[in-house]
Amino acid sequence: MNVLEETVKPIKGLKLHTIKTDKFKTNTLVWKMKAPLQKETVTIRSLLPHVLESNSEAFPTTAKLRAYLDELYGASLYVDLAKKGEYHIISISIDIANEKFLSDQTPLLKKAFQLLSDIILKPNVDNSAFDRATVAKEKRTLKQRIQSVNDDKMRYANYRLIQEMCKEEPYALHVHGESQAVDDITEETLYRYYQQALAEDELDLYVIGDIDIAEVEGYASELLPFAVREPKKAEQRAAIRKAAVHQVKEEQDVKQGKLNIGYRTNLVYGDAEYFALQVFNGIFGGFSHSKLFLNVREKASLAYYVASRLESHKGLMMVMSGIDNNSYDQATSIIGEQLEAMKNGDFSEKEIEQTKAVIKNQLLETMDTARGVVEVLYHNIVAEKQVDLQEWLTGMDNVTKEEIVSAAKKTELDTVYFLHGKGEE
Amino acid sequence: MEKISFEQLQEEMYYEKMNNGLDVYILPKKGFNKTFATFTTKYGSVDNHFLPLGKEEYIKVPDGIAHFLEHKMFEKEDGDVFQQFSRQGASANAFTSFTRTAYLFSSTSDVEKNLETLIDFVQDPYFTKETVEKEKGIIGQEITMYDDNPDWRLYYGLIENMYKNHPVKIDIAGTIASISHITHDMLYECYHTFYHPSNMLLFIVGPVDPETIMTQVRDNQVKKAYNEQPEVQRKFDDEPAAVSKARSELKLNVQTPKCMIGIKTGNATQSGQEMLKKELSLNIMLDILFGKSSENYSYLYSEGLIDDTFSFDYSQEQGFGFAMVGGDTSHPDRLAEEIKTILFKAKEQGTITKDSLERAKKKKIGAFMRAVNSPEYIANQFTRYSFNDMNLFDIVPTLEGLSLEEVQRATDDLISEDRFSVCQVLPK
Repeated sequence: MNVLEETVKPIKGLKLHTIKTDKFKTNTLVWKMKAPLQKETVTIRSLLPHVLESNSEAFPTTAKLRAYLDELYGASLYVDLAKKGEYHIISISIDIANEKFLSDQTPLLKKAFQLLSDIILKPNVDNSAFDRATVAKEKRTLKQRIQSVNDDKMRYANYRLIQEMCKEEPYALHVHGESQAVDDITEETLYRYYQQALAEDELDLYVIGDIDIAEVEGYASELLPFAVREPKKAEQRAAIRKAAVHQVKEEQDVKQGKLNIGYRTNLVYGDAEYFALQVFNGIFGGFSHSKLFLNVREKASLAYYVASRLESHKGLMMVMSGIDNNSYDQATSIIGEQLEAMKNGDFSEKEIEQTKAVIKNQLLETMDTARGVVEVLYHNIVAEKQVDLQEWLTGMDNVTKEEIVSAAKKTELDTVYFLHGKGEE
Repeated sequence: MEKISFEQLQEEMYYEKMNNGLDVYILPKKGFNKTFATFTTKYGSVDNHFLPLGKEEYIKVPDGIAHFLEHKMFEKEDGDVFQQFSRQGASANAFTSFTRTAYLFSSTSDVEKNLETLIDFVQDPYFTKETVEKEKGIIGQEITMYDDNPDWRLYYGLIENMYKNHPVKIDIAGTIASISHITHDMLYECYHTFYHPSNMLLFIVGPVDPETIMTQVRDNQVKKAYNEQPEVQRKFDDEPAAVSKARSELKLNVQTPKCMIGIKTGNATQSGQEMLKKELSLNIMLDILFGKSSENYSYLYSEGLIDDTFSFDYSQEQGFGFAMVGGDTSHPDRLAEEIKTILFKAKEQGTITKDSLERAKKKKIGAFMRAVNSPEYIANQFTRYSFNDMNLFDIVPTLEGLSLEEVQRATDDLISEDRFSVCQVLPK
């Protein structure tokens, strides 16, 4: 077993995380900016990384910047936005070949640091405004990106469930923001917002690969200097409880119905019972040995996919399935019965062991990709906890049946969403 | 057991052909937790017309049967193989492509047990009338799911435009009507024809000891009685070089249109190094023309003709091959025109330059190194390459040796008016 070790070092306003391993052929840098998820900033914030990755002062066009990346043995540069609990997180990643596997010995990691620093600190800006043409193009693409959720019914149903379930909470916001808010963004307002984000956001940099930690610390303090700040926290509100289960049925021109069900787990990452929640979700619907797969798919032949997954920071569990338009009653009742079985402790020692084994396996496999390592470790930043990788493994091992039942009992059905074809339900 | 070293990459691979014909490859990956194994048969959706084992007459089987068989392999008399894998801490899966069916697991513990499970379940079919009927509901939902997926419809719509006779134009999963004809007897017939070890490849990658694993596989295979089997005889109708249809439109429940251009290769008979050169040349050409560092990409993006869904790729298998370029767009007709113009311009001298070739090569070499971080990539792609008599680890040396003339020649061969087709998904 190879559990990676993370070294964390604050460098003024930036927290540097280094993970040294020789198992990859590339080195990976992941830059994270975290701020509370808010209606007022969600759209401008999701435009930002796409403008940054387009070009820079030194490489003022996309073609020039991308040609430079090609020269660096096809270094990959990509940006990503995520919601974690009530936070909105920007990621900028560079993955670059390790020159020890190349015939050419150019020091690539240093160049990757310089490039990341350029993208963040020396963007293509004139007179306190981002480049006009770039912003215009990226606004257009952002609108298309927001719109695209409508054309992928699996994503759409998932998005609609969250929207209905979390109506009164920031979490209902789409990760890419709101189409109607895009037009109001200008080169100036975007730049002003960026300066504010750079000054206020919580900043983390992960570097993983066959690296020299001291060397990386040197690059980070030289190339990414940021003033110390007190990161803003998302408002902590008590979970919103609905008086009755919220039921939503929506009709569209689709062949397959999409059934998405949302639950409040009332447990989040870092809670003592969090590992039990993971095992509960695993027995219930996380895997192809789970109750949902066995009963909805294998026994009743109602679905090809049926699964449950957790949102660890928000305390949600979501079931999703594609079923025939006419199978709604049968599917919801089978899913309901499986949850009841969990609450009644109607599952075997074998199911517990099986699920723990698979979860541990999944976690160890995640450690085999650089991105996976970063995502697991970043949970600690979002939750303000320090759970290391070894604790994940032992935490999972120690979960008892009583704890699983207790986690199951805390779970409350919140919203049932069904997207179905015309003339049926 | 033969040892093959790749010095620049600092990797080693071990190979042995079993007495029954099974090819076994092991690539040890130090520092990794995960072992990933694939057990693949050279049998996919295009193999629908063949001489069944021991028979004298060719038969045609229902569309979607290879994929159906893949689903049914997981069910045994004493239950579901998924259960056994997860008891052993592994996650298992399978997929069917045009030319392959692969069964796989990944696990970080009990590797030898899981490997045994993988080999044994794939070599022990169990189909009954009842279980076959039950599966039709599940696969029916899989088919309906893809029916609602506009990207999937676009992809198949374009292949259908390009191919007149070749079974690549048939949906891998078949249709609800076609799978209704599948019986357990047919599954056995396909199984016995295509799942002989001599038609299969086992690949194991992870923190394993090659000697131990090879011995285990050898011992496992020796216990099983396999008769020698002749190579599978497949039949394909003649396929014209030109596309079947130059254009089609699908009206679907979408808000943003989609447009994909296909270019069908006029000759998909290459294999081995020749095929590798052709695939790499054409992918390099597409990257030079449409990659993010190209002027064309900037132009198309500035004009609002493409967004971040834009993609391009050339791939080939025995008997078919095509390039695809496109994505979501508000102006599908204009995008189709622009892509076509750019491609035709590539036939002119001086469009593909030495500089752009060198840059694209560097990019592809870096991309390959990133790819070999992934055990999944290594196992799946090595198998695909091997079934086409190519070697995955020849990619970097072949790229390095690729000349401008070779890229230009491959480009000139591909691009021809009668090989183009456009498929568009438009809002209803």
